[in-house]
Amino acid sequence: MATLSVCQPQLGGFSFENCKRNAVLEAEVTKLGCNIPAARKTGTTICGVVFKDGLVLGADTRATEGMIVADKNCSKIHYISPNIYCCGAGTAADTEMTTQIISSNLELHSLSTSRLPRVATANRMLKQMLFRYQGHIGAALVLGGVDCNGPHLYSIYPHGSTDKLPYVTMGSGSLAAMAVFEDRYKQDMEEEDAKRLVRDAIAAGIFNDLGSGSNIDLCVITKGRVDYLRPHDMANKKGVRTGNYKYKQGTTGVLTKSVIKLDLEVVEETVQTMDTS
Amino acid sequence: MNTRGLRSQLKDSVPVTGMGQHIGAYGVQDTLRSGFSSVKNELLPSHALELSEKNFQLNQDKMNFSTLRNIQGLHAPLKLQMEYRAARQIQRLPFLQSSHLALDTLKGNDESISFEDILNDPAQSEMVGEPHIMVEYKLGLM
Repeated sequence: MATLSVCQPQLGGFSFENCKRNAVLEAEVTKLGCNIPAARKTGTTICGVVFKDGLVLGADTRATEGMIVADKNCSKIHYISPNIYCCGAGTAADTEMTTQIISSNLELHSLSTSRLPRVATANRMLKQMLFRYQGHIGAALVLGGVDCNGPHLYSIYPHGSTDKLPYVTMGSGSLAAMAVFEDRYKQDMEEEDAKRLVRDAIAAGIFNDLGSGSNIDLCVITKGRVDYLRPHDMANKKGVRTGNYKYKQGTTGVLTKSVIKLDLEVVEETVQTMDTS
Repeated sequence: MNTRGLRSQLKDSVPVTGMGQHIGAYGVQDTLRSGFSSVKNELLPSHALELSEKNFQLNQDKMNFSTLRNIQGLHAPLKLQMEYRAARQIQRLPFLQSSHLALDTLKGNDESISFEDILNDPAQSEMVGEPHIMVEYKLGLM
């Protein structure tokens, strides 16, 4: 007789149909000694710092897939709302989809309240969604923005805990970046100092962590203005070839030269009009 | 939204029924998708989140109604549930896609997007439910 799953209509959302099959496949594959393909992670350095009138978010641009660099110039600073941006570390797909969903929800919310969205709202939405999925969505985020109450910076962990701090770092290069912050952070910095501090922190992550690399992206958010500097600093430019292996014209002597003309006759000519309207 | 702690969630949550087997073509169990049939497969979920996701909406509603009852008295959840029941009746036959517009507006789902709207959209599902069985189940004749 047909079971319950046939009688009731399908629901949307995550489908766990293939989990058992995947578990069996994984067990079989590890017995043979191969590996299942790894998800693309952003093994990253992301950080943020609050300065006098706003905040600066920074990120590197390397995306890895196991031991291979999957993307040399990916964009890790995602748009949430005109005054709120979010850097994402962890599984690349998870951070992108999560930030897009929260961005849509925040837009609907701000249309319904007809006010500029607050950073605390985005933080609350993100933390509730990530807690609902108990850490299976691997998204570690640095959320920052300027709203009616001033600049705010939050760090959000994959299981749903959040911290509100004046300077935060996340990702595999977070320790290197945090070392730079702990050394040079001061309260109420100027914008240029803050930008230089974030740039140095991300550079520390890039040069000391294998999971981070390529360029440094910055996003400066102040009241009424957002500067998305991509790339702010190309720390790892690809080298230029110094030697040229092409031979000059006339290196080889010409012994004989013969020209054969191919006689082609026109057999058929058709004209097809293109609809360019 | 999800403001209460995990312990209180367990108290008011929906009881667990068995994980139904996936019936594939020809009424035989779908071994490729759900593995060999065994007692463990029937009782245990295939993923840590499967149970909590299956009952998420029901659990949320239960929690919200019990909070509302504690704050405002019994009438508040009763009135809301009456409205939900009325709105739930405005839909097409079970095997067709209904928009649930009134129900979504009452619950506030028209102003939010989550994974239910993006992944596995039932309107795009490749399999159609068996019309006779679904209507019989809905009318309670099964």
